[in-house]
Amino acid sequence: MKGTVLGIEGTAWNLSAAIVNEKYVIAEVSDMYKPPTGGIHPREAAQHHAKYASYVVKGVLEEAKKKGVDASDIDAISFSQGPGLGACLRTVATAARMLAISLDVPLVGVNHCLAHVEVGRWKTPASDPVTLYVSGANSQVLAYRMGRYRVFGETLDIGLGNAFDKFARSAGLGHPGGPQIEQFSKDASNYIPLPYVVKGMDLSFSGLSTAATAALKDNSMEDVCYSFQETAFAMVVEVTERALAHTGKNEVLLAGGVGANMRLREMLDIMCTERGANFYVPEKRFMGDNGAMIAYLGLLMYNSGNVIDVENSHVNPNFRPDDVDVTWLPRDFEEGRLS
Amino acid sequence: MNLTNGAEAVVRVEDGVLIKERVPKNYRLKELDERIRKERTKAEARLISEARRAGVPTPIIYDIENSTIKMQYIDGIALKHVIDEKLSEQVGILVAELHAAGIIHGDLTTSNLILFNDKIYVIDFGLSFFESSIEARGVDVHVLFRTFESTHRNHEKLIEAFCRGYRKEFEQADEVLERVKEIEKRGRYA
Repeated sequence: MKGTVLGIEGTAWNLSAAIVNEKYVIAEVSDMYKPPTGGIHPREAAQHHAKYASYVVKGVLEEAKKKGVDASDIDAISFSQGPGLGACLRTVATAARMLAISLDVPLVGVNHCLAHVEVGRWKTPASDPVTLYVSGANSQVLAYRMGRYRVFGETLDIGLGNAFDKFARSAGLGHPGGPQIEQFSKDASNYIPLPYVVKGMDLSFSGLSTAATAALKDNSMEDVCYSFQETAFAMVVEVTERALAHTGKNEVLLAGGVGANMRLREMLDIMCTERGANFYVPEKRFMGDNGAMIAYLGLLMYNSGNVIDVENSHVNPNFRPDDVDVTWLPRDFEEGRLS
Repeated sequence: MNLTNGAEAVVRVEDGVLIKERVPKNYRLKELDERIRKERTKAEARLISEARRAGVPTPIIYDIENSTIKMQYIDGIALKHVIDEKLSEQVGILVAELHAAGIIHGDLTTSNLILFNDKIYVIDFGLSFFESSIEARGVDVHVLFRTFESTHRNHEKLIEAFCRGYRKEFEQADEVLERVKEIEKRGRYA
């Protein structure tokens, strides 16, 4: 696989530009929007991205130049086309279009969820995994089948990270909630029963988040955080296991910011060990939103002729991963793997 | 003989009797794990019997203890291997009968529908519950459509056929199918 691609991520809080080739992340420069209070304000996040877009792009080009890669060596520009916050997506898309026009190279619109999957396949030995992708906004179980990454299960309301954040804000823990909830969990002494909501292959977290908040009245922060984590993670691991059983695949890949949680990793590891499946977690820098994953999937798509005209490069805040034709994998990719 | 090593239970057949045992999941906290397994086993047995009473082919229950159910073994073929429009329409009729009886299956997949003696048996009521709301029925049908979409190429035709059958047997069908569309569109980021 040939080529060098510059990709820009900016679906939510992290604005990040990276340049990759088939082997390496040559350069990556990011700047995060940090809300002064509360959670992510979409307009403020977009204003942040607009303010720092030239900074991250210039930065990544300079860093690449130090490693001998010039702007003229770039074969394509890729960007997060969705899903994400509309205002943020539009800002990043504008930057990407400008770059593509000024460097006179093709533009590639990348599905953010699939970028998480593909960077995981790139940076771990996973080949044809069931991916558990859990972040602030997204919670999905994805796997490749017949030309597309299918969504086998997903949240019916809010993402798992968002459920943590909402609880954390009500509990006065601040944003983001996940790391603090994990910390408090370590000193818990009791499990408090909370709603365990798995509907077939789908999940729901909003009721759980509300119930956890209500449980704070009569229980310690430690016990509630612990019970919240145990319940929510058991739900996502259950659906991941069901997807393994249903597809007959034998690898699990963890993606998304919530994947930083050590207890979630432990639970997935136990489940995989008991099923005889392999469990893969990429390095932390490739788990949360990052420019490298957008550049890398951009490279895969560019190499398989999957580019778009500037005229047709509108963003899609509800861009579904199963709407994307997987042009970058061979057609017989999964043959012989399925039961 | 071990039939499947499913995600949730170990299912084996001994002398024509199917033994479904919900095995402990060590990734889950013991307390939570036991609660889930026991609740699901008890509920499953009750719902299987209720569904039969409503006219839906399901296995006959022989015995229940802790997290183990002994029941009739349906020696057929999973619909995921043979589904076509005609069968999908029949599935629509069966799901209508379940819903009219106040039962939500909760895990309608083409692996949980078994073709046996020219009848479609509905199995695995492990996630089923009693509810008569449009929302719960909508989610139930939505789950099935999602399996069509995720595992069958001609899913649009299958969905159409299902709706034909579902409308035939259930007067609230239109309302439910309308809700299914709404559930699909609901504001998820993904």
